[in-house]
Amino acid sequence: MGVDIRVENLNAWYGPVHTLHDVSLHIPANHATALIGPSGCGKSTFVRCLNRMHETSPGARADGTVLMGDLDIYKDATPVEIRRRVGMVFQRPNPFPTMSIYDNVASGLKLNGFRKKRILDEVVERSLKQAALWDEVKDDLKKKSGASISGGQQQRLCIARALAVDPEVLLMDEPASALDPVSTAKIEDLIFKLKSQYTIVIVTHNMQQAARVAENTGFFLMGKLVEFAPTTKIFTNPSDKRTEDYITGRFG
Amino acid sequence: MDALPLRSRGVSNFVALRRNLTNHVVTGMAIISTILVLVPLVAIFGYLLYKGASSLNLAFFTHVPVPVGESGGGMANAIVGSGVILGLASLLGIPVGIGAGVYLAEYARGTWLGAAVRFTADVLNGVPSIVMGLAAYALIVARQQHFSGMAGSVALAIMMVPTVTRTTEEMLATVPKSVREAALGLGIPKWRTVLSVSLRTASPGIITGCMLAFARVAGETAPLLFTAFGNQFWSFDLNQPIAALPLQIYVYALSPYDEWHRLAWAGALVLIVLIMASVTLVRIFANRGVLKGGN
Repeated sequence: MGVDIRVENLNAWYGPVHTLHDVSLHIPANHATALIGPSGCGKSTFVRCLNRMHETSPGARADGTVLMGDLDIYKDATPVEIRRRVGMVFQRPNPFPTMSIYDNVASGLKLNGFRKKRILDEVVERSLKQAALWDEVKDDLKKKSGASISGGQQQRLCIARALAVDPEVLLMDEPASALDPVSTAKIEDLIFKLKSQYTIVIVTHNMQQAARVAENTGFFLMGKLVEFAPTTKIFTNPSDKRTEDYITGRFG
Repeated sequence: MDALPLRSRGVSNFVALRRNLTNHVVTGMAIISTILVLVPLVAIFGYLLYKGASSLNLAFFTHVPVPVGESGGGMANAIVGSGVILGLASLLGIPVGIGAGVYLAEYARGTWLGAAVRFTADVLNGVPSIVMGLAAYALIVARQQHFSGMAGSVALAIMMVPTVTRTTEEMLATVPKSVREAALGLGIPKWRTVLSVSLRTASPGIITGCMLAFARVAGETAPLLFTAFGNQFWSFDLNQPIAALPLQIYVYALSPYDEWHRLAWAGALVLIVLIMASVTLVRIFANRGVLKGGN
């Protein structure tokens, strides 16, 4: 089950560059939340702060409060603990190229020392089914490399890999931007199915995508959260002039 | 739409001709360079076969050297001795080299200590091998007051380290950042990510680097002159002087006796074949069960 995320006054820097300014918002549990905005607006940096991935970049730091349920992720936990509870799917599919499909899905458990084969088998099957990939790969689980399947399949493999560690939150950083329309539709179907069990945060360049999958949408501009509201409101009756300009295609 | 002919895209006949010619010239130069690289290799190997093969017999692989004047005898002790020295050198040098390479690539990016280690490795790579032998002599042989196979292994191990370190670093640098982030994003600790994801992804290149280092030191004579020293008899005691193929070849080749010259040729042939065989074996072994990516 997912947890809600409460962000208060989050700031982030890459070296001297201040990329995120005082962002505060509340992401409800077991819903999909979309983050839109032009390139470089800070939406990717924002999601990378939610699993403390941001700080792995050289010179990067973040400051503020992020509560995941009751847990203050910057005070009460290590990055490794947080990332076990928060799955992440990246812009480009990034399966482990030297591992089989099976090992890719099992990697989160195996590389954390979990070895029980029977349970691993179950988790791999369940996760691949959740990611709607099982039927396509079940005969090649240990024969094929994770990098040998198509791009769309690789991205669903990455989703399965993230789900296998049973996270509460799933962060998706433009998960379909490198995929063709058919694969994109499959990913969106998945998000739709998964959001009843996980808190999903999805960064997207594609406004129709946000409208299709997310209950709430946040609009970022130049490192600031301009507006955060139910998706229908953002797209039909935004309160801020800049949001309206962006969604009507006047810039960005 | 059909492609437009070159002319109508504003490319004159002359320019098209020149481009074609350049293409042929560059391709030709690449072919010539390849031949220039291959010819000496094939020539050396062929000459070794011609001079050495006739002196090879079973005794060469089963007997120890005999005194001057007696015929027969072999280099069995030197073959085994080389194996022992190289085995220990690899055991010492490869882990240290890989460890240093991991440090440089994964932990020391942009630090002054990293830059210092990298610079040291490059300088060490250029140090003449005889100096390595003298260093091992000063550090080990002079203190223990006797030559030893161990000292030879240490000298060769030090020579292996810079090559292994730099190739490990280079190969780890080719592992995409996205693959590392995938592992970190799953809550896998950094040390585990380095071991099971970065190193594993880079392993084919790292193994090649280790093999290059191995092949390079396998034929080294100079570092062994003051350390392993050589031995005419069976001895596998790493604390004592020990025979090695390059040393035996060196001694035999400098001797005035025809019989020893023939054995030196045979020894050189055996040395090269053994190096090729071990490199090939490691490659086959390392490639077993490795899944190949599609893109």
